Parts: sequence; structure tokens; C-alpha cells
Amino acid sequence: MSKRGIVLYLHAHQPLRVRKYSVFDTAINHDYFNDSVNNSGQNNEQIFKKVADKSYRPMNAVLEKLLATHPEFKLSLSITGVFIEQAEQWAPDVLESFKRLVATGRVEVVAETYYHSLAFFYSLDEFERQVEAHRAKIRELFGVETQVFRNTELSYNDSMAKWADKHGFKGILAEGWDPILEWRSPNFVYRPAGTEKIALLLKNYRLSDDIAFRFSDKNWPDWPLSADTYNDWVNTSATDKSIVNLFMDYETFGEHQWEDTGIFSFYESFINKWLENPDNTCYTVSGAIDAFEPVGEISMPKTVTWADTERDLTAWLGNSMQQEALRYIYSLEDDIMRTNDQSLIDDWSKLQTSDHVYYMCTKWSNDGDVHAYFSPYESPYDAFLYYINVVRDLRWRLHHYHKTGGLNG
Amino acid sequence: MLGWELPPHNSGGLGVACYHMSKALALTGAKVDFVIPYRAEHPEIDFMEIHSATDLTPLDRYGLGAYDSSTVIDKTFSKADINDLKDMRGVQKRYVEYVESIALSLEPDVIHAHDWLTMEAGIRAKEITGAPLIVHVHATEFDRSGNESGNQLVHEVEYQGLIMADRIIAVSNITKNIIIEKYGIPADKIEVVHNAIDVTSFDDGYQYDLSTYKYLEALKDEGYTIISTITRFTIQKGLVNFLRAAAKACSRYDKLVFLLVGDGELRDELIELTTDLGIADKVFFTGFVRGKQWRDAYSVSDVFVMSSVSEPFGLTALEAAYHGNAIILTRQSGVGEVLNSVFRYDYWDEDVLADQMIGIATSKALKDTLKADVKKEYSKISWFDVAQTFIRIYKSMQKVGIS
Repeated sequence: MSKRGIVLYLHAHQPLRVRKYSVFDTAINHDYFNDSVNNSGQNNEQIFKKVADKSYRPMNAVLEKLLATHPEFKLSLSITGVFIEQAEQWAPDVLESFKRLVATGRVEVVAETYYHSLAFFYSLDEFERQVEAHRAKIRELFGVETQVFRNTELSYNDSMAKWADKHGFKGILAEGWDPILEWRSPNFVYRPAGTEKIALLLKNYRLSDDIAFRFSDKNWPDWPLSADTYNDWVNTSATDKSIVNLFMDYETFGEHQWEDTGIFSFYESFINKWLENPDNTCYTVSGAIDAFEPVGEISMPKTVTWADTERDLTAWLGNSMQQEALRYIYSLEDDIMRTNDQSLIDDWSKLQTSDHVYYMCTKWSNDGDVHAYFSPYESPYDAFLYYINVVRDLRWRLHHYHKTGGLNG
Repeated sequence: MLGWELPPHNSGGLGVACYHMSKALALTGAKVDFVIPYRAEHPEIDFMEIHSATDLTPLDRYGLGAYDSSTVIDKTFSKADINDLKDMRGVQKRYVEYVESIALSLEPDVIHAHDWLTMEAGIRAKEITGAPLIVHVHATEFDRSGNESGNQLVHEVEYQGLIMADRIIAVSNITKNIIIEKYGIPADKIEVVHNAIDVTSFDDGYQYDLSTYKYLEALKDEGYTIISTITRFTIQKGLVNFLRAAAKACSRYDKLVFLLVGDGELRDELIELTTDLGIADKVFFTGFVRGKQWRDAYSVSDVFVMSSVSEPFGLTALEAAYHGNAIILTRQSGVGEVLNSVFRYDYWDEDVLADQMIGIATSKALKDTLKADVKKEYSKISWFDVAQTFIRIYKSMQKVGIS
């Protein structure tokens, strides 16, 4: 009988934001992501360096310390390709510290799309290219093979599980959303409907979001949350269960929750307390799947994500601007691929990062709650405008390659 | 209420705002006496009593010019000729004398004066009756004069009015900040109350007449986007920058036409500019229009641009939104404080405006989203909420005693 454990999983990602790319840049300047203006909101280098200082460096130090202190401490990470590319340029030491974490053998790297894209919903070919590109990058950088898959924004449905099963992944991650689970607990390993071998791990969203969203919310009745209290909650949740899946953005630590909220020391002392109890341990995502057999089958015919109260893709695909933007970008696929021009293919791929369409979301501004989400742009309409100017430039470049068509609008 | 105009005898947003706020106040239970400087029929106004300060006809309205302080002859009251009806200061003096003559008999609980035009009358009414004075600032001389310094006499009248007021209402934070920074008035004396829109007043059986702007409709059928502005052609409105941006936009995407609705001292200069820029065939000047032609102008257009250098509020943006336009505003326009689903730019930033216009013109998704989203916003902005706020402010003020 395996010990009950927490499955810690952190997702590290930074998009390459599109600069304020105007119609006067279109067909003239082909650099979409290089904004060197200080504090413009789209200066990717500046933002990456800032988040490295606030989050990646201090949190990796906490994780290294915990790994050195507790032989049982384990966790899983997913690190997007666009993150790695930025770290290579602007914070190589951050990448080195991730390498040290993985080299302990107790930190697993999770598979995903290289560009943090929604390609699965638009082009299976492109999706598979990106998953393979990510696997290759992780292999090259860390010398490990990924075994468990997560899709962008934890988006998941039955056909994705079947795809991952068929492609040899031993596990896949998803949101443990009540309307799907009904009476069932997210604290067990499950089997996706219609699959043979793959296991499904479901995020315990209450306990995860206590840290990720509510930790510094002074209006939350449980603020300020102590490590003791949280440890009690997790122990209670884990009673007679196998696992507690605590999945969240890596940037929760230091960026979403600033250091002065006490988030780093909270995390460290929670782990210390959790592992004080000899009945408790930690698992990587693969470790949890090895340790426990699925207790039942879960079906999610419709796509579920870890976002918003709706837990769907409406933050990315909810309005016609977002739908148009992605329709335009994916309609270019064949023409882009047959150029064999790596810089053009890279630019096109980077434009698939889901954050670009997230910035075009209007569902909050309609409620007058414009501050409910983070965007580097003044409005969703500005985000769309710059993006669409870039799409036109891509068309212009393609027109140059193929000497035909593609310049409509 | 001390005002300078009411529909249908208004030349701009001041009269519209005064009409709707008075109506909402009356329906909320307040008794409103409204003083205007001319005599005319107001067939739609039965909710308050209108007092005419002079026997001037509405035809003399434009001679008075509610907004036009640039023609004010710089003379103080004592020098103004009371019989010179064409002279602004003369009319203002008669307006003050009329207010002095009726102030006591009206027994006001509060005096609500709109803009510099009526501030002196407001001060006198306060002195006579002891009722508290609210000065409601729809625009300052700094707004009206664009980047120029403005008329010194008007500045002095405004300053005096702001000092003597017991409470100041500004139509936006932009205006509030001007009052603080330029006139040195303490912030806690000023309350921001944004204007609203009365959508029911548009709901009068109006149907868009496709034949009013038939040529523009034909262009739309050919895929052109109609970009309009409805405004007075004064320096405050930033139309030179707008036309330059229009020319820049046309250099990238030529299926754009521009509809400039209104009139004003800059008209000839603007027409000349369109030829200098080589876009004369793409810019349509309608002159000053009213009624159906005015509403059809909103209806024919796809995009409404408020290009003002300094716009305390900007009611036309809400009207345009009601008529299904996507909205672009300068950051210097107060109405932007109540709308999120819009594009914003700095009035001088012609490249950004050009980019935004092309973006809307070339993307149906963007245009449709902007139109739909801004509709949801303006429909929440009500004059009755404004009236409630005024009632609260009135009640919070005590009589200051006869001085």
C-alpha cells in the first residue's frame, strides 16, 4: 500500500507579446516581438527579467532547498518552449537552476505544446509538430523523456486523452471540475473514457486555488492563510484518499503572489509540515500513476480548462475577434510550412501562443471589471489590432514567397 | 437652473445635457425653474418652468454663441452697453439683471448654474437669496480654446464663479483636474458627475432613411467604411489631426470615406486641408444639420471618431454608440471615463488613429465586437442616476445665509 501524497505541479510560461505593431509597420518591419521601450508592457526582455527576479530565481532556490532537505520531496514542472527560448537569451542562470532541479531525479518534466498553443483544436498536424518539438527541446536541455502530457490551459477532452494514449503517454492532466466529477473525488487516479493504458490526474482546484488565487486576498475569510491551517486542510482532504493534486502556474510564487505576501515561506513551511507526518509523501505525476491504479473512468466529451468559473475556452475563443484571429493564423499553415523558411515558421508558431487571444477577451470588460485579468494592452481591441496587423504582414511575406494570393484585407 | 440654451434651440451638448438633467430632476420630484437668455417655444418641455431673460428670438441664438468666447469683447459689466443685443456681455448683463429681479420670488433651495455664461448670475442669485450655489462645469475656457490661452475675461469669470460656488460639479475627471490645476480649487470642493444618455428620447419612431446619404450608402455597398464625426468645427475638436490621420489611413487602405458633420469657424481651413492632403474626394462636409439628417448621419456611419484636443465630456460619442457605431476617442475626452469598449488615442497621435480606423475597416469581427460591446455599456448610463446624485448633493448643502 503506497503512502498518500501531494502531487505538486507547476507550469512555467512567458508569452512573446506582440509589440504595438501598426499598419505602418505591415509589409515593412517583420519584427513583431522586439519592443525595447521601457515599461511599454510589451517589452518581453524586460518582463522576463523582472519575473525571473521576482519568481523564477527565488522559487527555484526554495525548491532546491526543499529537495536538499527532504529525500521525499518531489514535484513536476512544465516549461514551455517559448519560456525556454527567452530564458536562454535573457536569464541563462534560471535555466541552469531548472537543470539542477531536474538532475536530482525527483523533478519530472511534463510534456505540452512548445508554443503554449491551442493547436489541438485547429490543426492536429501542427499540434503534433509542437508536442514533438517540445519533447526534443526537453531531451536536449535536461536529458529526460517526457511521459505525462498536459495541454495548454489544462484544456482537456476525451479525444485528447485518446490521442495521448495512442502516442504513448502514461498520464494526462486535467481540471477536477465538480460538474464532471459529481460525487467523485479528484484525489484518486482515474482512467479517461475510451482509453487503454493512460491515467488521468485531476487538479484539486479548491486547495490549488487557495494558494494560486486567494492567498493574498484580504477579503477572503481565511486570509491570512497559515501553513498550519493549509496543512490541516490538505491532510483532511487526503484522508482515505491517494493523492492531492496541487496544480498551478509557477508564477503564482513571486509574481501573482508577491514575496511580501509571505508566499515563499508559506510554501516551504507547508512542505515541511506535510512531510513531518510519516503517513505523508510527495509524488511526481508519473510517480503517482505508478503508485496507484485508476479507481474508475471519467468522461469529458466537452473541453474543460482550468480557467474562470466556466472552466471552458471562452477566455480564448469567446468572441468573434478571437475566433477570427485564430482562424486567420491557422488558415496560413500550408502556405507557411511549404516555404521551409525557419524564421517565417517560427514567427507564425509564436503567434499561436494562446496568450495573444486571451488579451482579446472581452467577457470581463463587459461586466465593467476590466482589472479582473491581466493584459499588456490598453484594451482587447488594441490587442486584436496589433495582432491582425501582424497577420497581414505574414500574408505579405507569404505573397512574396509564393507570388500569389493572400493579400485580402 | 441657470442655463444658456435648451433644445431645440441648442447649438451643442450643453443644451441637451441641461434638458435631460432637468427632466430627470423634475420626474424625481424636484421643482425646476430654468432661466434662458432668449424667448422661444419649447414644445416638448412641460416638466419645468422656463424663464426668458430677454425677448431675443432663437434666431439670435448663434449671435450669442453659447460656446464662442473667442469673440467676446473684453469689457467689464459697467462698460457693457445694455442695449447692444448682439454683444455677448450685454446679453449676459441683461441675464444677470433678470435673475436679480426674479431670484427672491422663486425662493430657490439651491441655485444650479451652468458654465461661465451664467456664473455671474449665479453669484448674484446666491447673494440675494442666500441659497447655496452649485457651479456645474461642462467646459472651461481652457477646453474651448484648444491649445491657445483663451480669453482672459472668461478665465476671470470662471475663476470667480468657482471661488464663489459652494459646490462644483465637473462632467469628468479631466475637467475636475483642469479646475484643480489651472484654477487652484481644492479637490474636495469638486464632485464628478458624468453626463448620461436618455435612450428613450431616441425611441420616437425614428427609422433610418437610406436615401438621406444615398451616395455614402452606395459606397458602403462597394465595401467602403464610413468614418464620421459630428461636432463644431473649432480648434478644441482636433479636426486637423483627424484629417491628417485620415490621409495617412488612406495611404494604406483606400476604402475609407470621412463624414464631417457640423459647422464652425475652422470649416474653410478644413476644406482647404483636405485638398492639400489629396483626400478631398474622400471627405464629406454636410454643414450644420438637425433632426432626421442629424440622426441619419449617425446611422450611415460605421465608426465615430471624437478627435477633441480637450473634451470635458462628449455626449455625441454616446449618441453615436446608440446608433450602432464603433467608437474611437481621444484620451483627452471625458466620455472615455464611462466607456471601456472603445479605442483610445492621444489627439496628436495621427498614426495610432490611422491604424485604429484601418483595423476596424478591415476586420468585421473587430467592428462588430466594438459595436456590440459599447451598446451594453451606454445602456447602463442613466440620467435618473445623475438626478439622484444631484438630489443627494442638494440635500447635503445648507443655506449659507444672506450676505
